[in-house]
Amino acid sequence: MTTQQSIVICGGAFAGLALALALRQGLGAGVPIVVADPALANRPSRDPRATAIVAACRRLFETLGVWNEVAGTAQPILDMVVTDSKLEDATRPTFLTFTGEVEPGEPFAHMVENRYLIEALASRAEAEGVELRATAVTGNDVRPGGVMVSLADGSTIDASLLVAADGARSRLRERAGIATHGWEYDQSGIVVTVGHERDHQGRAEEHFLPAGPFAILPLTGRRSSLVWTEKRADAARIVALAEEEFHAELEQRFGLHLGEIKALDKPRAFPLHYFVARSFIAERLALVGDAAHVIHPIAGQGLNLGLKDVAALAETIVDAVRLGIDPGQPDVLERYQRWRRFDTMAMGFATNTLNVLFSNESALLRSVRDIGLGLVDRMPPLKNAFIRQAAGLTGEMPRLLKGEAL
Amino acid sequence: MTMQADPSANSSAASETTVDRAEIEKFSKLSQEWWDPTGKMAPLHRINPLRLQFIRDAACRKFERSVRSLNCLADLRLLDIGCGAGLLCEPFTRLGAQVIGVDPSASNIAAAKLHAEKAHLSIDYRCTTVEDMDVRERFDIILAMEVVEHVANVGLFLDRCAAMLKPGGIMVASTLNRNWKSFALGIVAAEYVLRWLPRGTHQWDKFVTPDELARHLERNGLGITEQSGVVYSPFADKWSLSSDMDVNYMVVAEAVG
Repeated sequence: MTTQQSIVICGGAFAGLALALALRQGLGAGVPIVVADPALANRPSRDPRATAIVAACRRLFETLGVWNEVAGTAQPILDMVVTDSKLEDATRPTFLTFTGEVEPGEPFAHMVENRYLIEALASRAEAEGVELRATAVTGNDVRPGGVMVSLADGSTIDASLLVAADGARSRLRERAGIATHGWEYDQSGIVVTVGHERDHQGRAEEHFLPAGPFAILPLTGRRSSLVWTEKRADAARIVALAEEEFHAELEQRFGLHLGEIKALDKPRAFPLHYFVARSFIAERLALVGDAAHVIHPIAGQGLNLGLKDVAALAETIVDAVRLGIDPGQPDVLERYQRWRRFDTMAMGFATNTLNVLFSNESALLRSVRDIGLGLVDRMPPLKNAFIRQAAGLTGEMPRLLKGEAL
Repeated sequence: MTMQADPSANSSAASETTVDRAEIEKFSKLSQEWWDPTGKMAPLHRINPLRLQFIRDAACRKFERSVRSLNCLADLRLLDIGCGAGLLCEPFTRLGAQVIGVDPSASNIAAAKLHAEKAHLSIDYRCTTVEDMDVRERFDIILAMEVVEHVANVGLFLDRCAAMLKPGGIMVASTLNRNWKSFALGIVAAEYVLRWLPRGTHQWDKFVTPDELARHLERNGLGITEQSGVVYSPFADKWSLSSDMDVNYMVVAEAVG
């Protein structure tokens, strides 16, 4: 068998590494798979953040053979409480509770610390023969029958397709002249890990405070990861506070239901925005993950959306290559775009609506949304549908998200 | 893709060294047209993955290969009759087959050669017809996709194909059925309403029913082992396999008994 042209993936975070692994497993050694990212020089990753992995994405990681590696450090979300309250409210009435199983014994989501998952993906990819290059992509020159990819270390790769998995500020997207459509929210998400005295029992909490959602997501070992939304100026002020003052702000929102609490790392604020790329594809180029879209974290769906891209693109490419079709051909890329772009816009719209509905102090909107949440809570079929939606189990599902190998 | 030999065939056939620059440009433009999934050949590109899959799956079953292998057609000699610019030849070459593409149109063959060269694929393209091929040639897989409805004499055409099939080989053919529905969809809709194809591409009276096809094959000791309709769903803008063989259909034939 003659070796075919490579597929080069620019970006070695979740999306890039998961795609590389999926392609390698689906295509075998016949198609060289290369991941290029300068950050690969700093392994293992020290990313302090944690991420909610919904059921469909857990199935993907399981199929790729990396779930076992992180399962020990993953905290299942066993149930979830949603409240709607003002900051000064003494008690927060519960409007919605989910006991989170999509199938018996399968929680609808797990909290996983990024550094474990990234390392598990990278070492698995390497073990299976993906070429990891700790260098940047500096050029992509489209020519008949392929694209010549240049790397910062001076080498070039003859590829059929280049995949941009290089994040929200994707250089490849910019170089391809793909515009984005979106806006800035006047909100930042403060991310911090909190240790607490009592066990969270696997419960996730989302409090809709007037400035935006305040989410407490359970980690292993009496720790929780916070996603705490504030107006940008307030967020900047809060993360700059001295330890004791920060603690006071934290306690006011977190409450004392888990006993004494303590911030375990330095809080960081990330400005929130929303965008969807006008196109997910260009000549011999496909965008996945944050390079294609960034949404509001209100429903914790950002990464899941990116992994859906990965599963759909991997399936499209593998199906094409197994028919002898050039995977960088325009009609193959168009199939990927059709599959993903509409779903992404729908999720972007939904999260934006949630944010508009919940991040404000209007008494009228508040009663409307509380009645709505109350109704959902009392209607099991509707609630079930929401859980399946949140778990990523709806829409035209790529095989990997159903737990099937390619 | 007409099967009547093109009289200009031998004059401009692609011995690249003697073809002048204007000719090369012409063929290169033609090759681009053939290979542009949004251009004139868009309908063919839309249906191509389905044809590839049907043929690949039939071959993998017959020769006991895995459809997941990127080399699933290794060491198989494949003849594609009416190959055009190579939309089937190139994929099957990538899957390991040794591919011979024949087409009576010299310009199609020149376009096919140019494209294969750019894709670094080695394919034996010949400007000829089945009737003019060496009767001693043998193939594991013979493809006659959208061809039998264009040939002057279906019986003779299939006799020649059958003669070149290795024992244990398979032949795959696709064509249009002959009934009122194929007239409405295959000619009126495709050529006049949707304008997928130039008017006059097809003559309805040359369409072939599955029974007629089966009779010709049977005479040559071949039986149809698999058949499927091919239908278009306008909402999904997608072709798929179906039990409805009223308009487009594909068959797999192999030696029986």
